[in-house]
Amino acid sequence: MALLDKFRQIADAREALARLGEDPFRATIERILSPTEAIVNGRPMILAGTNNYLGLTLDAQCIEAAVRAVREEGTGTTGSRMANGSYSGHVALEKDLADFYGRRWCVVFSTGYIANLGLISALTGPGDVILIDADCHASIYDGCRMSGAEVIRFRHNDVGDLNKRLRRFGEQRRLDTLIVVEGIYSTLGDRAPLADIAAVKQEHGACLLVDEAHSLGVLGKRGRGLSEESDVESSVDFIVGTFSKSLGATGGFCVSDQHELELIRYGSRPYIFTASPSPAVIASTRAALNRLRMDPERRVLLWNNARQLYQSLQQIGFRLGPEVSPIVAVRFEQREEAIGLWNALLDQGVYVNMILPPAAPDGGSLLRCSATAAHTPDQIDRICKAFATARALT
Amino acid sequence: MSHYDSILSHLYEILGPYTPEGQSLSEDTEFISDLGLDSMKVMQLLLDTEERFDISIPLNIIPDVRTVGHFARCLQQLVDRG
Repeated sequence: MALLDKFRQIADAREALARLGEDPFRATIERILSPTEAIVNGRPMILAGTNNYLGLTLDAQCIEAAVRAVREEGTGTTGSRMANGSYSGHVALEKDLADFYGRRWCVVFSTGYIANLGLISALTGPGDVILIDADCHASIYDGCRMSGAEVIRFRHNDVGDLNKRLRRFGEQRRLDTLIVVEGIYSTLGDRAPLADIAAVKQEHGACLLVDEAHSLGVLGKRGRGLSEESDVESSVDFIVGTFSKSLGATGGFCVSDQHELELIRYGSRPYIFTASPSPAVIASTRAALNRLRMDPERRVLLWNNARQLYQSLQQIGFRLGPEVSPIVAVRFEQREEAIGLWNALLDQGVYVNMILPPAAPDGGSLLRCSATAAHTPDQIDRICKAFATARALT
Repeated sequence: MSHYDSILSHLYEILGPYTPEGQSLSEDTEFISDLGLDSMKVMQLLLDTEERFDISIPLNIIPDVRTVGHFARCLQQLVDRG
């Protein structure tokens, strides 16, 4: 059937992958034992491939809040906020986040993906320009495409290239430009050179959006992300984040001092036409945000584990991402190398994420590991030993 | 040589490393079916072309561009726009 012929290529690629071992995209987490351990494909595993940076998914306060919300408000909202109304929890969470960031406005979205889609497509339109870092997440690319604005990439983390592209514009185009970068990039774990980017943004009068999905709760004295750590919060016009990583739930948000943020509720199709987050998600997110604020020690534990993981894998001789980060990317030239090691790691009881071209930068392949505050030093040690053993076996 | 021909000539040079052996280049050459470019190579080709002409190429044009000649006409517009 011609319509479905396009899937043949995907089916062939999946079959080729399956011939090399287990299909990494069909691994099933059958039972969660703790924030760092689970039964995967019938075997006990250390989870070294989550975004559970603060280890809050099984936090007693978060669970209790979610359970109470389910009992009192039900399992779902069954509709969008514009059509079916906002729950008081939605409004309260927006106030919590605005307070946390010291911003005037906040909008909550149903997922992190929808936050980028809904925000970028509402902020920009035909006639505007979006300058995005080449390594930005797919949700940013998709939001750009949906906006109808002119979309131009600049080289990853290359402030000179960003500056050069802005200089090519006339004065009006610069003012109509939205620059989009991420706090920590999800594949290699590196940070944006945000202080320099903010200076370029100020020089040209453009707007700046920073996606702090992987840096919320991870960077900054109060855990507000790279904008806080780089001391440039006043230059960042829009901060996007997600509940599905450090906050252990699902959902997304944007905070800003621009009052227009409040108005995007009336024009953002991904916001208007999506069911709002369920009461349990909102309740656990509010509890997790409170834990993030009250327990900075978790960030210390997270970074201790991140350093141990990065340095140990480096000492073993793996080629890694450019800097220490809770995301530790083990890089390979050949995809077969990555697939073989992923399977060998599974045999050693360690679950990590596999990223194949074209999803990985530079055409290579990655085994993406992540440290969390909930890992013990012994678990990090076992992860690294598994890497060494797996490499010897492949 | 017209402005368009000059751009086309530069484009043929840029496309050299992307062209399979035995494949000739013309305005009708298709990027995917003739040159076999995948998404990674398309992105690298964009960067190479941007460097050569000192322009920024919007990603928006990519889905519509199938042939070398069409790409050259898009480049001409971008170069003229400045």
